[in-house]
Amino acid sequence: MTMTVIWTGMVALSILCGLAAGRGPEVAAAAAEGAAAAVELSLSIAGMLCLWTGVMEVMRQSGLAGQLSRLLAPLLRRLFPQAAGDRRTMDAISANVSANLLGLGNAATPLGLEAARGLARSSPGTASDGLCMLVVCNTASIQLIPTTVASVRAAQGCQTPFDILPAVWLASALSVGVGILACKAFSKVWRA
Amino acid sequence: MDLFFTMLVPLIIGGVALYAAFRRVDVYAALVRGAGAGLDTLLRIVPSLVGLLTAVYMLRASGALDLLAGLLAPVMGRLGLSPELLPLMLVRPVSGSAALGVGSELIATYGPDSALGRTAAVMLGSTETTFYTVAVYFGAVGVTKTRYAIPAALCADLTGFLAAAWAVRVCFG
Repeated sequence: MTMTVIWTGMVALSILCGLAAGRGPEVAAAAAEGAAAAVELSLSIAGMLCLWTGVMEVMRQSGLAGQLSRLLAPLLRRLFPQAAGDRRTMDAISANVSANLLGLGNAATPLGLEAARGLARSSPGTASDGLCMLVVCNTASIQLIPTTVASVRAAQGCQTPFDILPAVWLASALSVGVGILACKAFSKVWRA
Repeated sequence: MDLFFTMLVPLIIGGVALYAAFRRVDVYAALVRGAGAGLDTLLRIVPSLVGLLTAVYMLRASGALDLLAGLLAPVMGRLGLSPELLPLMLVRPVSGSAALGVGSELIATYGPDSALGRTAAVMLGSTETTFYTVAVYFGAVGVTKTRYAIPAALCADLTGFLAAAWAVRVCFG
């Protein structure tokens, strides 16, 4: 329902604002553009998505994901107590978290979706606590090296584009920390 | 260092393949099988993306984002954020490319080493495209009752924005 409210609100607001500002034709054109852009975006990520789900399958079959999982397991078991017994899902979560840490966004998504399927199995149609935690962990950036932003700064003549790293880590840690705390707190009071 | 980041992705793929081959995994068969599963995932993502991007494009074209920025300017001052950062904060959760566009423009206008340029960069580096991620994840598993995921994610985003301004003040005086 949340997405229904947000989506309908966005569309209604655009139409009202567009008409009031005399930008009706632009809004009309934008609707078609947005839908087309969604398909273009899907196509542009299709190759990387398939490649990384393929690599994930190789990692899984070779036992590499399991080793990564063991490294992150103590922390992740505390974040995902419901999935602690599900080996395959925990492997996918840990691989998703490590891909996010490395800033491999295109790799992290298919791994995260694999984890999401495992976490969603217990309650079809409704987000479980584990699924909410996974989504929040993925909406809060935990990227160690923000390469895109650094390249934008370098393009603007910055001599030390990576000097923002400590500030990024500080902000990321606080943001993820609050997201996790919010999940834990909401899970106690939220009714389905 | 630059070469390291350029080569990171191929090195990971190559490393995984070598390791798996060494462990006697049929690497190519596994890769192709996994890639097929990726295509299934993609097909489930497309409908969510069509819905979301249509709304985002309409919102951008209508001027509603600029209007909101004007309305919220007084609140920004109280939070220790420049009002110039508001458009970035508004588009950041909805569109990654739009946020990068707005952020790049701020960095270009105020300079990459200005407090504002740095804050914009840290905001971009320490937050994610929340609504895109939410749409992709819940769309892929067919969940429509998202419960507290969006409020919790927005708490994290807001913290990231406030922390970005604070961290730049701490790290750069």
